[in-house]
Amino acid sequence: MRVIAFIVVCLTGALLLYGTSEFPDWGDPKSPASLHVSNYYIEKTYEDTHAPNFVTAVVTDYRGFDTMFETAVIFTAGLGCFLLLRDFRGKKEHYYRHIPTGVILHIKDEKKSLTVGKEFGYMDKEWVPPDLINKTVCRILIPFIQIYALYVVAHGDFSPGGGFQGGVIFGSSLILLAISYDLKTLVKRIKERLLGIFAAVGVLIYAGTGALCLVMGGNFLDYGKLAPLFPGYEDHIRTLGMLVVEIGVGIAVMAVMTIIYINIVSEGRHDEGL
Amino acid sequence: MSDVLSLIVAKYNYWLYVILMMIGLYGMIAKNNLVKKIVGMNIFQTAIILFYVSIGYKTDATIPILKNAHDAHGAAIHAADYINPLTSCLMLTAIVVSVATFGYAMALAVRIYQRYQTLEEDELRMRLSEE
Repeated sequence: MRVIAFIVVCLTGALLLYGTSEFPDWGDPKSPASLHVSNYYIEKTYEDTHAPNFVTAVVTDYRGFDTMFETAVIFTAGLGCFLLLRDFRGKKEHYYRHIPTGVILHIKDEKKSLTVGKEFGYMDKEWVPPDLINKTVCRILIPFIQIYALYVVAHGDFSPGGGFQGGVIFGSSLILLAISYDLKTLVKRIKERLLGIFAAVGVLIYAGTGALCLVMGGNFLDYGKLAPLFPGYEDHIRTLGMLVVEIGVGIAVMAVMTIIYINIVSEGRHDEGL
Repeated sequence: MSDVLSLIVAKYNYWLYVILMMIGLYGMIAKNNLVKKIVGMNIFQTAIILFYVSIGYKTDATIPILKNAHDAHGAAIHAADYINPLTSCLMLTAIVVSVATFGYAMALAVRIYQRYQTLEEDELRMRLSEE
């Protein structure tokens, strides 16, 4: 099997290497990919949309329809993870830790439960004593990471960034919370239902903006028709439309990243895990 | 000999991506463990992404964000000054979709492990034939 795989891989690689001799050189400004529509994007984007960041303009304006379904793909991945893994059966037995003494209580009756607080803490298979340095550093860092994520979303039109990147940064700050404390802390802070609503609302904001343009008399996702809603910003109306759409993308990506993480590490039970 | 050398110097980026892609393809075909296959798929995707981004590169060009956007009204914008935004934008979405597919593939692997207690392909085949 390995020999066959090796031969197949070498054959494919050799064919591709042979093909590269026809390819444009590294850094060639006249390569075919940079000749046709890309020149239009570079030269006319600022005139058309007033967005200095060409990539964001192309992603959310010229190719806005594509990006909408891209967001729908993300949403579907989160939905798929949820449907595959989510397990609503609670555990029969509970373990608690008496914090002052370190004694572990084992409760076999599934109806009884202790309130977790200063006196009792959760206990499960993966429990390790919390590390003070990790927790403190992450507690200080997480708000700054989240503010940076919001900045990346909000400045997506002007500097490198956008909804996808900001959403991923925000989602990873939530994952950092789960890693440095434990999964229960994250699930307690952000309810599963809220995450699901966020994922759907993000896609809805995007599609809703497009539909709003239809209502205002333009084409789907033609932000220029939104001008009556933002009096005084007629020049930058397309940038504003992009910003709204980017916020939708950011919310959806953030929620889906967190849903995927929570479901995978806890095998869908949302109780223990990394 | 110098022809071959100049060819390699002009196209070495493609050679690197082809090698990366071969590693990923080999991992997807030959590895027995499902998670290793998923990692191979990710390496393959990375090779494609790097390939696209390198096609959009131009010598002496900067990132596709307008310079001096506040006082550039009327100034001509030259396409040769900025790298190709189209490839970056295509790969931006491809990266996010690769994250989504990776998460979904991991979820499938977790599910398979829950049911069969293994991720090795030959053992899985044995378990399946037993049922």
